[in-house]
Amino acid sequence: MFFGLSEEQLLIQESFRGHLTRSIDLDRIRKTAKSESGTDTPLRQELNDLGLPGLLISEDFGGSGLQLIDAAIVAIELGRSMAPVPFAATFIMAPLALTLAGSPAQQAEWLPRLASGETTIGVALANYASGTRRSDSVINQNNRLNGKIPFALDAATADAFLIADTDGQLHLLRTGAPGVTVEVLPSIDGTRPLCTLHLENADAEPLAKNSPEAIEAIIRAGRIILAAESFGAAEEMLDRAVAYAKERNQFGRAIGSFQAIKHLCAEMAAELQPCQSLVWYAAYAFDHLPEDAALSALLAKSHMDEVGRFVSRSAIEVHGGMGYTDLMGLHFWFKRIGFNRAQLGGPENLRAAAARLQGFVAPAA
Amino acid sequence: MDLADRAEHKAFRAEVREFIAAHRHLAPEETADSYRLLPRPYSEKVRKWQSLLVDKGYASRTVPKSYGGFGAEPDILKTKIITDEFFRAGLPPALYNQGVSMLVPTLLEHGSEEQKKKWIEPTIRAEVFWCQGYSEPGAGSDLASLQTRAHEDGDDFVINGSKIWTSSAHIADMIFCLVRTETKAGKYDGISYLIFSMDTPGIEVRPLQTMTGHPSFNEVFFTDVRVPKSQVVGGRGKGWKIANSTLAHERGMLANTNHAAGRLQKITGMLKSETLNGRPLFENAVMMDRFIRLQARVQALRLHEMRLVTEAATGKPRNIADMVCKLLGCELNHQIDAFAIDILGEIGVLYDGVPSVHHDSIWQQFFMYDLGLIIGGGTAQIQKNIIAERGLDMPREPKSAKG
Repeated sequence: MFFGLSEEQLLIQESFRGHLTRSIDLDRIRKTAKSESGTDTPLRQELNDLGLPGLLISEDFGGSGLQLIDAAIVAIELGRSMAPVPFAATFIMAPLALTLAGSPAQQAEWLPRLASGETTIGVALANYASGTRRSDSVINQNNRLNGKIPFALDAATADAFLIADTDGQLHLLRTGAPGVTVEVLPSIDGTRPLCTLHLENADAEPLAKNSPEAIEAIIRAGRIILAAESFGAAEEMLDRAVAYAKERNQFGRAIGSFQAIKHLCAEMAAELQPCQSLVWYAAYAFDHLPEDAALSALLAKSHMDEVGRFVSRSAIEVHGGMGYTDLMGLHFWFKRIGFNRAQLGGPENLRAAAARLQGFVAPAA
Repeated sequence: MDLADRAEHKAFRAEVREFIAAHRHLAPEETADSYRLLPRPYSEKVRKWQSLLVDKGYASRTVPKSYGGFGAEPDILKTKIITDEFFRAGLPPALYNQGVSMLVPTLLEHGSEEQKKKWIEPTIRAEVFWCQGYSEPGAGSDLASLQTRAHEDGDDFVINGSKIWTSSAHIADMIFCLVRTETKAGKYDGISYLIFSMDTPGIEVRPLQTMTGHPSFNEVFFTDVRVPKSQVVGGRGKGWKIANSTLAHERGMLANTNHAAGRLQKITGMLKSETLNGRPLFENAVMMDRFIRLQARVQALRLHEMRLVTEAATGKPRNIADMVCKLLGCELNHQIDAFAIDILGEIGVLYDGVPSVHHDSIWQQFFMYDLGLIIGGGTAQIQKNIIAERGLDMPREPKSAKG
């Protein structure tokens, strides 16, 4: 048994961490968060060169053919640096959808362009990941799609969208195709705008396989990656809180010498430490332990969501009034963690799903 | 990541399973929990079982053969395989008392050859029962301020003072004890680590009634207790360093998540079988939510333990990941107990094995005992100091009277 990262994985971690630390500063995040797209395009280009888009895409299509745990390691670094670039939907969920359910022609059309970073695909699966609200749904009538689908991720700059209709059929829709309207909704995290897709007799382009298992796997991977990103973001917030508590003096001593502050930091650290293993394991199980994959993803995201909320508010508290300002920029991490919590199923939703999965309660009707 | 056993460990797991299948009829019915809750002398069956485990290398595995152990190379993965397989089979694991977990590692590292030869084998074979004389009424979290003193008289030390929270002192044969022997030295350098018999004249043990109603702790009073100087371990004035180095051995004693997993398993059964108004409790959304929250915490700690096992096996130095275990493990156990009590409702307050009740009333005992563990062995607050100061490198607490 070896529960840890391989040499190659440590290299991936180091190269992304190094690059992101060097490239991203607060001004860059601040500027991007105010922009319409919420995406730092030059940074995206730099990360394309590092292979970010093609992590999960097979080498046959120009990707690196890596596994979800490798992507999770990268997601942790993206969260740590609060990278203002799309990731979970376009570079994890979309390629998985094409790989699991796309025809060879669809794969050949999209995967190489995704792998190079030339295109991005938004994902609107909230109806399957967390249920539908106000009956928003997409109905397929004779290969014409009608309806409204909210909460599309990574969609503001996307060239296409992945959606699932009420029959569980996955479709790719091109931005700008007749009958497809994208409504951009600003979210608390300016680098993560949400979009609502309005479809009016839009041309359906179904993925080849109608597979509920594929939808489940895509959502599962998305959840794990969001948990990983929140983990990285929370670790960064703790690091900053600790550093600040060592510098800031009140009553003639560093505030970090007071137990009120010190113990809060210790609690954050204690809560966060096991989350790393929880996230690593869920990502590993995704590829290697089919019998444990579904449950471990639900437990990982639901737990990380809770720990993330605790750490994000506590780290701001440690900074006192400064933590509340825009000067420190901590709020960006706070918002990313809050954003991720609500996407692809919030913790209550996920725990209910975990109970159903284990047969503790009856499946949802 | 590679969670499969490698060939050597796969073979070892098979060997452990084979041993269990062949010998499980010899295992005592008593669980480790029952000894924890109610310390008492070991039965003949427990001692024989323990001795068998030592012979086969499933207890005190790395203790050298010359001191009565199995003499295996340290392999934390094998240790974990043993623990997991015994748990899986529902067998009590090897004894894990203060003699085995604290005294033996201390003697191996700091003891004289004579001390090792004399005490290690009977200790690991459960023939000699030890208690630990560390805390005092005035020296709890600030242990180094202890005041039990010994003055020299010829070849002996003569001890006066008292200890408190001494688990099992009323049944122990021997004590390892921190005593201030060097009157001129400072706070930390004046302490020696002494071992002596609990039958020595001048020792009085008074049971300390605790909230569980069971006597598990004691106060121990020393009046002119005479102990030969040769029974100092590791040299005069070295007691503080020795006691601290022993704590480093606790790495092997990670928050044992098998306990938490086992209790959660029991709770699953309770949520299915307990009904309210004719419906299983799992259908209560709040109960269900609480259960899955705990399940996620158990899973997180279980996986964290696997990470630590890997780190230890690959020689990574102790770090913040180790320091959080006591705090998290004790808190989690207590939360699990609390949940079990809530599931049982009114039944949950019945106590001391009420025969008419279909669930044993042990959960209240756990609930109180585990609160004791949150406090004992370094309180949760001391753990947070350790995590912050050593793990996060935050400024230390002001310390007075530094030696």
